[in-house]
Amino acid sequence: MIVAVASGKGGTGKTTVTASLAAVWDQPVTGVDLDVEEPNLHLFLHPAMAGCEPAYLPVPVVDEARCTYCGACSELCRFKAISVMGQLLLTFPEMCHGCGGCLAVCPEQAIAPGKRELGEISWGRAGAAGFLSGRLRISEAMSPPLMRLVKARLQQMLAAGGGDAIIDAPPGVSCPAVNAVLDSDVILLVTEPTPFGFYDFQLAWEAFSPLGKPLGAVVNRAGLGNDAIYQFCREKGVPVLAEIPYDRAIAEAYARGLIIAGISGRLQETFISLRDRVRHLANSKAPRQAAHA
Amino acid sequence: MREIIIISGKGGTGKTSFTGAFAHLAADKIICDLDVDAPDLHLLLQPVRERQEEFHSGHEAAIDPEKCTSCGLCASLCQFGAIRENGAGLAVDPRRCEGCKVCVAFCPAAAIRFPEKHCGQWYVSSTRFGPLVHAQLFPGAENSGRLVMLLKQQAKELAKARGASLVLGDGAPGIGCPVISSLSGAHLAVAVTEPTPSGRHDLERVADLTRHFQVSLAVIINKYDLNQDETYHIEAFCRDRDYPVVAHLPHDPLVTRAMVQGLVVTEMPETDFSRDLRRAWTRIAALAGLGQ
Repeated sequence: MIVAVASGKGGTGKTTVTASLAAVWDQPVTGVDLDVEEPNLHLFLHPAMAGCEPAYLPVPVVDEARCTYCGACSELCRFKAISVMGQLLLTFPEMCHGCGGCLAVCPEQAIAPGKRELGEISWGRAGAAGFLSGRLRISEAMSPPLMRLVKARLQQMLAAGGGDAIIDAPPGVSCPAVNAVLDSDVILLVTEPTPFGFYDFQLAWEAFSPLGKPLGAVVNRAGLGNDAIYQFCREKGVPVLAEIPYDRAIAEAYARGLIIAGISGRLQETFISLRDRVRHLANSKAPRQAAHA
Repeated sequence: MREIIIISGKGGTGKTSFTGAFAHLAADKIICDLDVDAPDLHLLLQPVRERQEEFHSGHEAAIDPEKCTSCGLCASLCQFGAIRENGAGLAVDPRRCEGCKVCVAFCPAAAIRFPEKHCGQWYVSSTRFGPLVHAQLFPGAENSGRLVMLLKQQAKELAKARGASLVLGDGAPGIGCPVISSLSGAHLAVAVTEPTPSGRHDLERVADLTRHFQVSLAVIINKYDLNQDETYHIEAFCRDRDYPVVAHLPHDPLVTRAMVQGLVVTEMPETDFSRDLRRAWTRIAALAGLGQ
């Protein structure tokens, strides 16, 4: 089973929930950080790293001795990553999306795959849990290619070792966030009962509910703000699977890098109950609303 | 004309709440919400839309099942795993389609259409603090540095037309394409951070990003009293890099209380918090060279 922990608004507690859920998971599990722009899961799980390797995107490298400047590559490229002007061929590797079109279309086989460094993928173990994370290189603009490579690595790990995975997704509701949850069996949306939290939760519901996956909410900082989020969840049939109270002691524990499931018996119970409800939800049918898109 | 962008790396540190307050405090400005994915500034500013435009970006492949011969060439060429057997034949999963046109160009049966994508809307609105340029991407759409650039361009043109001296932008979380686009051409970035392991870690990454693009950076430490040790580490990092720390603000539900009322913090009855925020704005304006 793959659990994706997502949100619309950033800073609602995705990483807190992912780390705490991993800590109370009673089956083999891997914690996966897919927020590759700002990966934070390692700061709470403190994994012992077993390996780290750079991740690359294949980008065109042209053998000018073979190039006839026919322009087929630049005509096909949608991303302005390769351009032919007269007897001059220029590549702009940072614009490339790695579609491989130029390599396939070149009649002279003059283009070979080179590589652009996207960032790195690292893995290890955090106690009983496995750990996997992507980390985008500073100034690299595109996160989805690195996320795809991390997800491919996760599939390999799950195929080899089995077990469940809990994914810490990036914030937002656009393509990177949706891609992070695409392969999951159940989506947890972490939110807070504030106007910003509620607005972004509605966007998240619009983005994620058409995927037809079981979806539940976790309300963090419950008691802060207002009640609009609960009303919306009732209307849309989104179960509120857990509430984490608004409490300065919790904020301080988080600020010290603690896994909050471990700071009190009550919070531990909250996350054990969340674990069981997530499992139950994953095994249930997707909610009725999922059919609409 | 100066351009100030509020960023954070980590989400939820207070970017938008403080941008709203600065929009209240700054004179002669155009306000811009550059978090086009999950924009929230409008919840504080209650904009009245004066202009609305569609945002189109990129294309999306779609297989015509009538023409498709199921040869599978498209699926073998697609680097994004977007073409899949769906029971009735081959189909493009729009959520995985990168819009690269490779399948369209190689399909021997010319069975793949390639329509343009309508990704969202953008607006120019009026607010009680002045004009706001903002947008909403459709949920699930490709997040777009192009839309961020477009909003900034519109804001700058508007500033020129109205003789405004400042474009004040609320950036997105992260360090990817939308943030890079929002930093382009900015005179000053202000990073709002918090003394938590994530806050500090993400500040360091976004600081590296501003350094890479040679944009000056100032820092606000929000909720500084949550962890004095982390606050100290952040201060040391800022000293080391010569980043001015323009404010230390405490962990205070006041920010949320203001938000619930649709107000910015500086519109609430005066407190130490709002006084500190006013002082922060004075320093930010000076650092950005406003009024010089």
